[in-house]
Amino acid sequence: MTKLTRRQFGLLTGASAAALGFPALLRAQTKPRVVIVGGGAGGATAARYLAKDGKGEIDVTLIDDSDKFTTCFFSNLYLGGYRDFDSITHGYDRLQSDYGVTKLTGMAVSVDRAAKTVEMADGTSVAYDRLILSPGIDLIWDSVPGYSKEAAEIAPHAWQAGPQTQLLKDKLDAITSGQQVVMVAPPNPYRCPPGPYERVSMMAHLFKSKGVDAKIIVLDPKEKFSKQGLFMAGWEKYYPGMVEWIGPDVHGGIKGVDVNAGTVETDLDTFNGDLLNIIPAQKAGEIASAAGLTDDSGFCPIVAESMRSTIDENIFVIGDASIAGAMPKSGFSANSQAKVAVMNIRGDLTGSKVFPAKYSNTCWSLIETDDGVKVGAQYAPQDGKIASTSSFISENGESEAVRKATYEESLGWYKGITTDMFG
Amino acid sequence: MGTGYSSDRKISGSLAGGIGSRAIAMVLAAGFLSVQAAMATDLPEGDASRGEKLFSACAGCHQVGEGAQNKVGPHLDGLIGRTAGSVAGFKYSSAMRAAGEAGMTWTAANIAEYLEKPREFIPGNRMSYRGMPRAKDRADLVSWLKQISQETPGQAGATAEVVAAPGFADVVMQIEGDPEYGEYLAGECVTCHQASGHADGIPSIVGLPKKYFLTALFEYKNNVRTNEVMKLRVQNLTNEELAALAAYFENLEPQ
Ligand SMILES: Cc1cc2nc3c(=O)[nH]c(=O)nc-3n(C[C@H](O)[C@H](O)[C@H](O)COP(=O)(O)OP(=O)(O)OC[C@H]3O[C@@H](n4cnc5c(N)ncnc54)[C@H](O)[C@@H]3O)c2cc1C
Ligand code: HEC
Ligand code: HEC
Repeated sequence: MTKLTRRQFGLLTGASAAALGFPALLRAQTKPRVVIVGGGAGGATAARYLAKDGKGEIDVTLIDDSDKFTTCFFSNLYLGGYRDFDSITHGYDRLQSDYGVTKLTGMAVSVDRAAKTVEMADGTSVAYDRLILSPGIDLIWDSVPGYSKEAAEIAPHAWQAGPQTQLLKDKLDAITSGQQVVMVAPPNPYRCPPGPYERVSMMAHLFKSKGVDAKIIVLDPKEKFSKQGLFMAGWEKYYPGMVEWIGPDVHGGIKGVDVNAGTVETDLDTFNGDLLNIIPAQKAGEIASAAGLTDDSGFCPIVAESMRSTIDENIFVIGDASIAGAMPKSGFSANSQAKVAVMNIRGDLTGSKVFPAKYSNTCWSLIETDDGVKVGAQYAPQDGKIASTSSFISENGESEAVRKATYEESLGWYKGITTDMFG
Repeated sequence: MGTGYSSDRKISGSLAGGIGSRAIAMVLAAGFLSVQAAMATDLPEGDASRGEKLFSACAGCHQVGEGAQNKVGPHLDGLIGRTAGSVAGFKYSSAMRAAGEAGMTWTAANIAEYLEKPREFIPGNRMSYRGMPRAKDRADLVSWLKQISQETPGQAGATAEVVAAPGFADVVMQIEGDPEYGEYLAGECVTCHQASGHADGIPSIVGLPKKYFLTALFEYKNNVRTNEVMKLRVQNLTNEELAALAAYFENLEPQ
């Protein structure tokens, strides 16, 4: 169902609608409308909180191109065999039935910021008083020369969860002893800093648990990575000789990929993989640049106190698409930012109280069964940026009990955040 | 199955009453037990040491043992023979209170029945625990509860005084928390602690009595409890924010 835009409404009724006696219709039309593009970690949370805390005073429309959402978080655990695909896939039914959110399934292609409408691929348009963009990331395919959307059908990235994740799982399951997997890790900034290295751990776990003697080579454009010490120690402990991480000082630069030949060329050498997992560089989801809200970095600048776009005060950008200072691009961050944006939108539209913004993040990674590690921080606006106010990271040499508790905590968090997103 | 938080953690408190009232409670409990022994013959004697482990399913919400306090659920000291819905200071559902007023006391048999399908046994009670399907598990758990409840007879309804957190918790206890602010701040907590009151790997904090709640947070602040994610959260909270959170969660109803 598409709502009448303000323009269309004007055309139909003329300027004298009130005089013609449409008070009820007018009142329905004046309930403030918030439209959200992207039904993932940021968008689904925002929809639920707007509907819940708005207590029926706000009309909430959630646009996502799919009728279900597979979380990237825990998708590595699916690859490792700890979770099944259904357990990381969620529907929007409760947001609609229990919270009264209107869900539109389709692709948003542009935003008419002057008219305050979102234009859909099917030609319809949806009017808003406030718009939230939480489109996640899009891949910069040619950041790895030779890689493309088509090439991803042979060498999956699996950095947007769904069919890509299942394709990578199928290919991993088919790996046999003596074979080799080559991962090309992404440059900063990208979603989920520890994600590639948790994935390496889960690949290694899968092979080890099946008695498959295979090797994993990681070609990294970065000199160092998130939780490096913890991952390296874990690989040494559980998967000796299986994982080789090669940084830019050794490979000298990633030149390109040939997915048909199964090769990745670097300055140093050409690496052969029976399976390639190419994770290219990233930018804000396409709709953000179509709306003119990105800067040179490819991501969207925001006001640290509110997640409001610095370019358009009626639009908020949250999650991976935003430039959120010291906060990593994570589901936890997106969920946290959604709550700040919602509070400010309610302040704008219904005059409710606006408290000082606080943000928070924790990312857990599983290295091997019952061996979880975590990194986390609290954030607040400081000098116009979102800055970290305190942080922690797991340490090497923690007891088995602590690592197991950390893993169990991550299970609790998964249940918690997905309930917080989808009801 | 144990979650990271230690299930048997108690804030050390002086047991209210002392020897005199303990002895009386003992006599009372013994009286109840002899009546129930006859009624509970159908329940097989369980393996108490296994039962102790199974209690981890309850520990997120209940404490038991000397000095146990009310958490999300009432403390379970002196449970066998205790009138349903009778622990002072705990906010029971009206269904649970009504059961007690109608004369229901807890026995090994009816606890086992309650635990199988909590919602059905007393319709309208607010324990959000799905139930323990296996009869053997229930028998083992109940036989441990029976044992521990004999060792630490009921404290005549008095919850143990919290002494671990004199300054902090008391100061914050005096502050009138702003529940609206609490609701906003709670947004951060419910990413991990489910707002429904369910617990899967992270304890429930829905309906936690204010004093327990504040004492726990104080213990994270002071490194008595060591969990890093909680220490991080508590570090930056002001007294007003803590009071607001305590007020919000105390009044939140589990679903
Ligand atoms: C392997 C992996 C592991 C991860 N593990 C963790 C973890 O353990 N913890 C953690 O916190 N984070 C983790 N993350 C990161 C996390 O998944 C992302 O940071 C988070 O999903 C970002 O939320 P978002 O709302 O910005 O975007 P998304 O969750 O990606 O949601 C965006 C949605 O919008 C839709 N969309 C985009 N554009 C349009 C459009 N124009 N029209 C309609 N729909 C559109 C997309 O299809 C998608 O459904 C992981 C990521 C990966 C890849
Ligand atoms: C990142 C996940 C996470 C977040 C966010 C979080 N907690 Fe916790 N919380 C935990 C874990 C895990 C434990 C158990 C820790 C332990 O072992 O001591 C816990 C324990 C607690 C306890 C003690 C419960 C008990 O049964 O003794 C309280 C109270 C609490 N948290 C309150 C809060 C409040 C208030 C917030 C928000 C300001 C919050 N938590 C945010 C994960 C979290
Ligand atoms: C999610 C929290 C939660 C869990 C888990 C839980 N309980 Fe409860 N329990 C409660 C609450 C809340 C009440 C009070 C119910 C009411 O007032 O209706 C309660 C009440 C009870 C009572 C009645 C006490 C009285 O004073 O009348 C018993 C007995 C009990 N629980 C035992 C258990 C046991 C044993 C387990 C583990 C198998 C368990 N509970 C798990 C929350 C919980």
